[in-house]
Amino acid sequence: MDYATFLQILDTTLRLATPLLFACLAGLYSERAGIFDIGLEGKMLMAAMCAGSVAFLTGSVWLGVLAAIGGSLVFALVHGLASITFRGNQLISGVALNFVASGITILVTLALFNQGGRTPPLEGGARMQEITLPLADTLRGVPLLGPFYADVISGHPLLVYVGLLLVPATWWLLYRTRFGLRLRAVGENPASVDTAGVSVARMRFAAVLIAGVLCGLAGAYMATGLQAGFGREMTAGRGYIALAALIFAKWRPWHALWACLLFGFFQSLALRPDVLENLGMKIPVPALDALPYVLTVIVLAGLVGKAIPPRAGGEPYVKER
Amino acid sequence: MTKLPTWADVVLVPVISLILAALVSAVVLLAIGQDPMQALSVMVNGAIMTPYGWGYTLYYATSFIFTGLSVTVAYHAGLFNIGSEGQAQIGGLGVALCCLFLPWPHWTLALVGAMLAASAFGAAWAAIPAYLQAKRGSHIVITTIMFNYIAAALMIYILVDFLRPTGSMDPASARFAATTALPKFHELPLISDLFLRYTAEGAVRLDPQGNPMYQKVPANISFFLALLACVAVWVLLWHTRLGYMIRAFGKSDKAARYAGISAVKITMITMLISGGLAGLMAINNVMGQAGRLLQNSAEGAGFIGIAVALMGRNHPLGVVMAAILFGFLYQGGAALGLETTIPMELRIVVQGLVILFTGALDHMVRMMLGLVFRPRQA
Repeated sequence: MDYATFLQILDTTLRLATPLLFACLAGLYSERAGIFDIGLEGKMLMAAMCAGSVAFLTGSVWLGVLAAIGGSLVFALVHGLASITFRGNQLISGVALNFVASGITILVTLALFNQGGRTPPLEGGARMQEITLPLADTLRGVPLLGPFYADVISGHPLLVYVGLLLVPATWWLLYRTRFGLRLRAVGENPASVDTAGVSVARMRFAAVLIAGVLCGLAGAYMATGLQAGFGREMTAGRGYIALAALIFAKWRPWHALWACLLFGFFQSLALRPDVLENLGMKIPVPALDALPYVLTVIVLAGLVGKAIPPRAGGEPYVKER
Repeated sequence: MTKLPTWADVVLVPVISLILAALVSAVVLLAIGQDPMQALSVMVNGAIMTPYGWGYTLYYATSFIFTGLSVTVAYHAGLFNIGSEGQAQIGGLGVALCCLFLPWPHWTLALVGAMLAASAFGAAWAAIPAYLQAKRGSHIVITTIMFNYIAAALMIYILVDFLRPTGSMDPASARFAATTALPKFHELPLISDLFLRYTAEGAVRLDPQGNPMYQKVPANISFFLALLACVAVWVLLWHTRLGYMIRAFGKSDKAARYAGISAVKITMITMLISGGLAGLMAINNVMGQAGRLLQNSAEGAGFIGIAVALMGRNHPLGVVMAAILFGFLYQGGAALGLETTIPMELRIVVQGLVILFTGALDHMVRMMLGLVFRPRQA
């Protein structure tokens, strides 16, 4: 494998890791606040549909992004209502919302465009434009690092960089602010937060809504950046891979980045079976597809350190009287 | 919150949840410019007004009974098994291997062999998540989700690289031998007459050999096995020592442990039963209907099992009724796709809404009912 091919794979890795990263950070906020979120997949799908449809109808990708956030937030609100206000089963609520999203996205796109559950292909201003970072062409001549900067780091849609910046931002918010402390506390020991006079429900709703916004960005990037339009079931289990990455990262922001890049790397290898064959490795593509899930099970089994979820995760908080 | 009378809790809560789901679906239909009443009448006509419709409705219901029971049994031990889908797929692999590679002289023997294979394969697929939950405390919901995806990848690999006949492009196995075909409803004595085909004049249609012709339906003898499985699960849960231990463990694992019930043992046994039931679904779809193993053979029936169990309040009788309801939804949804411009994906929306209202918003429904049943104040 030559250097150029290697860079191509890394470039695809970054592209494919971005939706995972958004969804993974979404799950991180939600689960750190004690609300399990299996519905990442559904929110992403809903967002992708809203982004694709609105971007096509208005010709503006940014209106599409707004619509994506809106669509995802509606689902996040229902999840919050079910799991915080009505103290329902968070896992079941997530599963249910995934099904609703799966069906409703097809219904709506069929009604709007009648193209078998897809939006028409997006063009021009309806797509997220790729950004060439400063000096990318000037530095290309530098050996090794130059092409890396020009081909892998530079030349992605804006949301890729937003996703990368969200990692330190999330770290700072969670570990260096009062909001973050309360958010983490609400997922570990909600009674203590309640005693301190902070509303548990409000903190949890905030977390669930942040997750909604992030899933919205994930879906918007999928429909307008990664691909040119929405297609039925286009998230194809990415919400669950993100969930796997979250566990793999043991609910920590920087580790989430590495986990998403790793899983993105597997996905990009699965797209290039020729590369592995040239290296003399015959790994079947389904094995690569299954690798993130297998790794997550191994982590869950405690074979590589122990993955301990936030302690109050999944439990509705009932205020003492 | 007011405590509801038992009958209201058992009957009214699911019924009201269903009505709420139907109302939201109607709003969705109105929003995309369709007529909900027309949709309902097409679904009713397509699914339950003819024996032919029932032949499909009950076929779907058979699969849903098995997966619904699978979720139910796990639920009683306090385990949420989302993995029925993967377990059913692997169960299908068991059926396929059994039917392809063993020479069965008659379908009855083949059925026994296939049932053993299906339940063993399904149980084996549930065994690892069960062990990880029991021994390592890994959350069974997450591991079973992961195992669904691993199962899907594994099935593609096995179908494409091993079971696909040479020269074929489909990721599917060869057809099973004719001796393994299960009798369908239109081939069963007593009820086959319901599926006779008639000419315009009202006479029975005959093929060139002079034999009567039947409308072919996929519902087959496994429907009756599904009903037997319901009885077996009912006996197991409420009339055996093991069932008592399962339910005690599900109500309070600490109390059960104090009473000398082994958490590891109960978790393992329950999940093996649950996986076995999910695997058994394969005798209906793989052996009974398709006659070969297809990619994604379970087609989401494992997930519908969640809705069926919730709607049926985790009781075998409720599971049967909920499974028939979802069979109606599936066959009716297919009729919608054929006869109207309403996409059949409507059924996924309804399915999601039923799960949402019965499983996650059930407290909301109870609170609403609580206002009705509030004790009169003196």
